[in-house]
Amino acid sequence: MPFDSLRSLRAFDSERPKAMSESAKRASRMGYVEAKDLHKHFGEVHAVDGVDLSVNQGELLVLLGPSGCGKTTLMRMIAGLEEPTLGEIWIAGERVDQDVPPRARGIAMVFQGYALYPHKTAFRNISFPLEAIGKSPTAIREAVDWAATMFGIRPLLARRPRQLSGGERQRVALARAVVRSPRVFLFDEPLSNLDAQLRAIARFELKQFQREIGTTTIYVTHDQVEAMGLGDRIVVMNKGKVRQIGTPQEVYDNPADTFVATFLGSPPMNLVEHDENTLFGFRPELFLPRPTFPPHEDIRVYHLRVRQVEHLGAGRLVYGYLEEESRSDQPVIAGLPVTIRTPIAEDQVYEFAVPRRAMRYFDRRTGLKRQDGPA
Amino acid sequence: MAQPNEAQPLVQLAAATFRRRTLADREGVLGRLLLAPAFLYVILVVGVPFVLAILLSFSAARSGSLSFSWVGLSHFSTIIADPQFQLTLRNTLVFTIASQVLVMILATAAANVLDAAFFGKRAVRMLILLPWAVPVSLAAMSWAWIFDSTFSVINWTLRASGLFQGWLYWLGDTELAMIAIIIVHVWRTFPFATVVVLAGMAAIPLEIREAAVIDGASFWRRLFQVNLPLLLPVVTVAVLFGVVFTSTDLSVVYLLTRGGPYNSTHVLASLAFQRGILGGDLGQGAAIALFLLPALVVVAIVMLRLARRAEVGA
Repeated sequence: MPFDSLRSLRAFDSERPKAMSESAKRASRMGYVEAKDLHKHFGEVHAVDGVDLSVNQGELLVLLGPSGCGKTTLMRMIAGLEEPTLGEIWIAGERVDQDVPPRARGIAMVFQGYALYPHKTAFRNISFPLEAIGKSPTAIREAVDWAATMFGIRPLLARRPRQLSGGERQRVALARAVVRSPRVFLFDEPLSNLDAQLRAIARFELKQFQREIGTTTIYVTHDQVEAMGLGDRIVVMNKGKVRQIGTPQEVYDNPADTFVATFLGSPPMNLVEHDENTLFGFRPELFLPRPTFPPHEDIRVYHLRVRQVEHLGAGRLVYGYLEEESRSDQPVIAGLPVTIRTPIAEDQVYEFAVPRRAMRYFDRRTGLKRQDGPA
Repeated sequence: MAQPNEAQPLVQLAAATFRRRTLADREGVLGRLLLAPAFLYVILVVGVPFVLAILLSFSAARSGSLSFSWVGLSHFSTIIADPQFQLTLRNTLVFTIASQVLVMILATAAANVLDAAFFGKRAVRMLILLPWAVPVSLAAMSWAWIFDSTFSVINWTLRASGLFQGWLYWLGDTELAMIAIIIVHVWRTFPFATVVVLAGMAAIPLEIREAAVIDGASFWRRLFQVNLPLLLPVVTVAVLFGVVFTSTDLSVVYLLTRGGPYNSTHVLASLAFQRGILGGDLGQGAAIALFLLPALVVVAIVMLRLARRAEVGA
């Protein structure tokens, strides 16, 4: 994606009056987008069940969770497509949840299926939001040209969506979102319709674009790799509730509960029964043959009875049972990078170790992380 | 050793029965067999009468006689010169165009209302469909009363509400009678068009309609720039059916005015019925009935092409 015109974007943006209004002052004290005790109930189903969220200005916040966790409903409430059952939504210091329609919230949304107007050309798709606010034809042409240049789709402006590839459609959708300089971008799994090869590139470009343009962005996905790669912070959701908010590294290294621990990471964090009240967790990639650790490293050694070894090209996955923690009937997994060449045979017992800094303990009943180790 | 020997023929027998091809396995034969009833239906009930009608229009056939003499285009030249036929042709065009325009406006409006979520939506949907399900003769009786020269409900309502003090002779005045016919026909056919448009609206992806909301488009902009263009293929088909159905229909005319007053509200179908069946001049009746066929074929081709282009462009 060429970003030559991003410099001009700043100029474009600065045309807007920057007077510090009352709401702007309030916005500087609180998050740029805020949800307060937000609920959405569909009959008996609590799709969003008391969410508090604060999005900083300019950050890319990812809502991550399995399907049905409420992340899309949460985004749709921020967009104004769904009315909250309870709670408040604030955008840039202005309360919007009650009587501010979507068009007045200063948001732009990119949908999962891009939602381009099939009967309009790419140009008319991008210009549609500007036509709706009654911009002059000259101003519209300039703005569309600017957005199309940014996403490298100027040669495609005369085509209809059907004549565009998936990646091109996605760019048209992004151009349509960016063209009226919104306060907040809302992305609803915009990469999920791209094939795997294109997705990595698109992710890179999206992040570049968001960093350059600096617009506050909320991004919904169920793909943990996408979330880790894109997010300044990640909000992990499950069953309508926020389970953890943090930077990708925080959420990955210090999961707040067993749900986050097993939802993030592939393979997920190993959880074994430690005692009556405690689960013991450690990441597969930190569970390695003992000789790989330097002698001064503070480690805890386990005997692993190996049941199966998978060669995955980029490394090996070793499935087995801990001799010391025999009550667990689930195998633990060790993820060995290709650089560790220790021969490992099935049905043998090996000494594996976990660094003490990587050991995590969870309450067996609540699943919550325990700060002080085993009870 | 005995057991396997005994079992063997049994197994083979089962396999042999299983292997035999039944009718259900022979797709070519089965397909033709299943299509035969529909094929026969089309040939006997649609094809034969259609060809017969074309032949009749070129003949001097009369009911009650078996003679069939070829008269070429003479029926057509007769009816074209006939002022009654000219008036009837004009009536048919007015009737078709006016009722279809009204039907499409009402159907689009009703579909947009029914598409919104509100309490009692299912009941309202049922009610709207009702005119379509009511037998036309029954409905015509109620309408005949509504338009009655003495007891007209409309006149009474207009007078009681103080909107209009005069008295309208709905079925006695040539222009009012035509308006009455159009009203009843619209009332009768718009429910079906509503259902078609509603189905078309359901086929527009929700995401696209939400994108238009997010993009800040007003209700009218969404209607004219997003919903209606995407509805175009479906609406075209609805209009096509409506035009063909309306221009060949005589039920409302016949039940409400019988072509009167002074034969001023005849449409082609009712005039054909009067001349051909009641008057016994089968040849002229067929010529009147078939008069619009070439035009309708052209309308159908143009509209189906439009619908396909709209779909391809989409």
